[in-house]
Parts: sequence; structure tokens; C-alpha cells
Amino acid sequence: MAHFTKATSVKDWLDQRLAVTKLEKVMMSEYWIPKNINFLWAMGMVLVITFVMLVVSGIFLLMYYVPTTAEAFNSVNYTIMREVDFGWLWRHVHGVAASVVFLIIYIHMFTGIYYGSYKKGRELIWISGMLLFVAFSAEAFSGYMLPWGQMSYWAGMVITNLFAGGSLHADGFVEWIRGDYVPAQAFLGRFFMLHVLLIPLAIMGLIGLHFGALRIPHVNNQDGEELDFDVEAKKYLDGDKAGSKVMRFANDFMSKDMMVVGVFLIFFFYLVFYNYGFAMDPVNFDPADGLSTPAHIYPEWYFLWSYEILRPFNIDLGLVLFAFAQVIFVLLPFLDRSPNTCAANRRGFMFKTWFWLMLANMIVLTAMGKLPPEGIFSTIGLVSAILFVVMWLALPIITSMEKKV
Amino acid sequence: MKNNSRRGFMGMAFGAVAAVGAVGSLVAMKKSWDPLPSVKAAGFTTLDMSIYQENVMVTEKWRGKPIFVLKQSAEMLEKAKQNPRDIERLVEVDGSHYLMCIGLCTHLGCIPAFRPDSNDFKCACHGGEFDASGMVQLVPPPRGFDIPPFRIDGTKLVLGEVGPEWQAMKDTGITL
Repeated sequence: MAHFTKATSVKDWLDQRLAVTKLEKVMMSEYWIPKNINFLWAMGMVLVITFVMLVVSGIFLLMYYVPTTAEAFNSVNYTIMREVDFGWLWRHVHGVAASVVFLIIYIHMFTGIYYGSYKKGRELIWISGMLLFVAFSAEAFSGYMLPWGQMSYWAGMVITNLFAGGSLHADGFVEWIRGDYVPAQAFLGRFFMLHVLLIPLAIMGLIGLHFGALRIPHVNNQDGEELDFDVEAKKYLDGDKAGSKVMRFANDFMSKDMMVVGVFLIFFFYLVFYNYGFAMDPVNFDPADGLSTPAHIYPEWYFLWSYEILRPFNIDLGLVLFAFAQVIFVLLPFLDRSPNTCAANRRGFMFKTWFWLMLANMIVLTAMGKLPPEGIFSTIGLVSAILFVVMWLALPIITSMEKKV
Repeated sequence: MKNNSRRGFMGMAFGAVAAVGAVGSLVAMKKSWDPLPSVKAAGFTTLDMSIYQENVMVTEKWRGKPIFVLKQSAEMLEKAKQNPRDIERLVEVDGSHYLMCIGLCTHLGCIPAFRPDSNDFKCACHGGEFDASGMVQLVPPPRGFDIPPFRIDGTKLVLGEVGPEWQAMKDTGITL
């Protein structure tokens, strides 16, 4: 039996039972972060804070939201917006955060690609991160169903139709997902459950995995330099704080992290209070009607690039390329054959071009996805979609030709 | 060694119990997501075909989807007769011919609008056009309007039940 002594303080009492001092060291004060980083390293904390805001605002919305096809629209647009004091605040925080979280995720992702932060032991960080992206996408889609407006209904119709697999015509599978022939009560009920319970649980689990995968390889740095964390940590603890290449996670790194979070929050609440409209589609302020299609059905901005890859082709090829686009980012650590872990700009002409072209192409795809598929826009969309696929297929070739720097 | 084989046996025994339980719960979970009996029971709609007038497009509802019903005028029928693929798509009840189909564009599921002047359908989403018998006139839709399963019952049409006329349409590939 473990031996306990009379506690000398509350901390000691907890220490004997929970090892809080050791825990604090492992998680905070002796979790070492390289000094050679920039503000882009704060995006993880920005995402944590945004996720917390989504959870908190979601809890308040959950208290008044009614998940039935008859009541859902009014419970959001009347009860929450008009009757509940500050109900508008929770809704706008929730809507804006759901949109902004994807902006930060994309910045976080492309930072990782630029600095090669998915290589040499950091593969699992990348993979768990991409799983988080998938989970966030599912969370965004299921949440979009809940106000039960026209866009909710028709986005639900179109997206679940994708599961028929084009010419496979797996209509039974689509009906199984919906629990009905069209999106109706069964559909709303299950997407409500997914949105408020199952997917958030999965996201929290994945966040744990994402952080866990980070603990041993540690955070990357601007030069992709391989640090001996034990040696550098010893230097720091022995008093040579200036000579050491690392610093404590808390409070050293956290203080700067939270500085960036502060700037982000000012921008975020500016959007919430003065410019929330971008996160609220006007079409969704009409109640769902299964007998009238909106003139244009398009997804939220963060799904536009993959929607544009689906759109220019016939249904089967479109679906295949769409599926390709969804999974290909996960495989990045294995498709990049180069021995170099450093900033994309220093990896030679080929990868430098690949990185910036990929970023530009994603922006072009996003823009074309929003525009009606007519004339020059559909041509640009088609070229961009093909370019996207070709670039990913070319990645293993151009990276294996890369010289060691 | 003896211990190991014992532990191995216990591991296998637990594995077997767990596998049965896992399969059982997966079946239950799958079935819980199936459409409810009430949803399926509501999946039948009866249309009285004698009430429709020629040349007037009426939208009915079946399984939450719009159903187009257009009683063909003599002029439309004459046009449809020129093309066997067109005339085969029409449903004949009590001597009259009807276009009766799911009113969703076969491209991405938008609802095309009927244009009485030209007797055809136009989809606002991506510009697809269908003629008065539901055949594609202008792509992108990959095929004509789908025809829901039906059974002819005197002057009535029961949607959701498979009758010989619909089965024939399915077998010849007129509808999916």
C-alpha cells in the first residue's frame, strides 16, 4: 500500500495524491519550446481559445434551441435572437467563430507545410491535425443544418446526395443516413446529436492526441533545426537562459502566445459586433421548404475550394477528385520525399514554387467556387482543379529530386 | 508455459464474447438509423388522375419530393409519338397520357420550373432543360426526370408501390 504522510499544505496534500508539481513541470514549466519561432506559432493557442468560445456559446444556444422541424427555425430566429437577453451575442459568437476557426486552421496548416513541421517524427502531429480538420468540417456541416433554413435544408440535401456515389445510385444508403427519403425530423434529430455530442467528443479526443503527438518531437522552429532538448533545457535550468535555444512553455512562451490571442480577440469581437453578416447567409433566413430550391446553392467559404474541385466534372469523376482532395493532405508526410526540414523558400526552386502555387491555387479555387459556373469562371475553375490534382501527383517526384541543403 | 496457454485461452474467450457483442451492437446501431416504420408508411401517395386538366402542370408531393403531373394535350402527345423514348415515358391511365415524374433535376436535385409557353421545363441552377415528356433537351442533366414507382388502380395512381407498368419502365431503362 502506498504510504501517505500528514500533509504540510494543500499543495502537498494534492502532490501526494495527484503529483501536481510533476504534472505542472511536464505540461508547463519544463515543456520546452524553441526560441527561434514567430507569431505563426501562436495559431494553436488561437484555435484552442476559439474552440472554447464555440463550446461556451454553444452551451447557451443549446438551452433554447428546439431540434424539431416545426420549432427549430423559430427557436433560433425568434426565441434566441429576440427573446433571450444577449441571445444574439451567443449566436453571433458561435457563427463568427465557426467561420473564423477555419481561417485559423488554414493558416495553421500552411504554416506547417511551409516550415516542414510534418517531417522527422512529427508525422503524427500532421495526421491528427488533418483528422481534426475532418472533424471540424463535420461539425460545421452538422451545425449548419440546425437553424433549418433554406440553405440548411438544401445543403443537407445536396451533401447527403453525394453519398449515393454518383452512378452507383446508392439511394438506400442516402435514405439510411437521413432516416427518411428527404431531410426531415429524423435527419434534424441525428445531426443535432452529432453536432452537440458525438463530434465535439471526437474533437476533444483528437485535440488530446494532437497535443500528445507534439510532446515528444516538440514544436518545430523557423529553421527546422534539430535541437537536443535535454542539453538545451539543462543550459536553461543551470541559469544560462540567454545561451539556451529553448524556453519554458509557461510562462515564457505563453505570455507571447496570449499577446497574439489578445490581438486576435480584438479582431474577432470586431467581427462579432460590427461585421457578423459574412457568417450569416441571407438565404438561410427563409424557413426550409422542400418544394422550392434556392437559385444558387453554395457552401460556406471554407468548403468552396473542394466544392470547386467537384463542380467542373461529370458526377463520377467529380466525386473521385473530390474524395482525392479530401484525403490527399493527410498523406503529405509520405508524399514529401525530400530529406530537408526547413522553410519552403530555402528548399530550392521546385518546392518553393509548389508551395506558393498551391496556396494561390487554393485561393483561386475558393473564389471560383463562389462565382456562378459560367464562361471564363468555369474555365478558370476547371484549370485550377486539374492543377490541384496534378500538383499533388507531382509532389513525390519533385521532392525526391530535391538536393540536400 | 501452462500459465501462458491459460491466459491465451482466456484472451481468446474474451475476444469471442467481445466480437459477438460488437457485431450485435453494430447491428442495433445500424437499425436504429433506419427510416422509422411511420416514415415508411407515409411513403405512399394516391393520386386521382381524373382531376387533372390538359396542359396544366400540377406539383404533388411524395416522400417530401415534388412530383410533376402534366396531362398531355393532343399536340404534346403528337410530338411525343414521334419519338419512342418520349412516348414510353408517359403513364397511360384511363386512356389519357400523363407526364408523372419526380420534379428534381437529375443533375444536382434542384426543382426545374415549367414554362407554359414552350411546354417544357427549365432548371435555374445550371441551365438544364426537359421537354413535356420529361426527356433532357439541354445538358448538364445526365438523364430525363426519374419516374417514381407506381401502380395503376383504376383511375388512381398509387405512388411508392411497384406495378407492372413501372417495372417495365425500369427494366427497359426508361427510369432508374
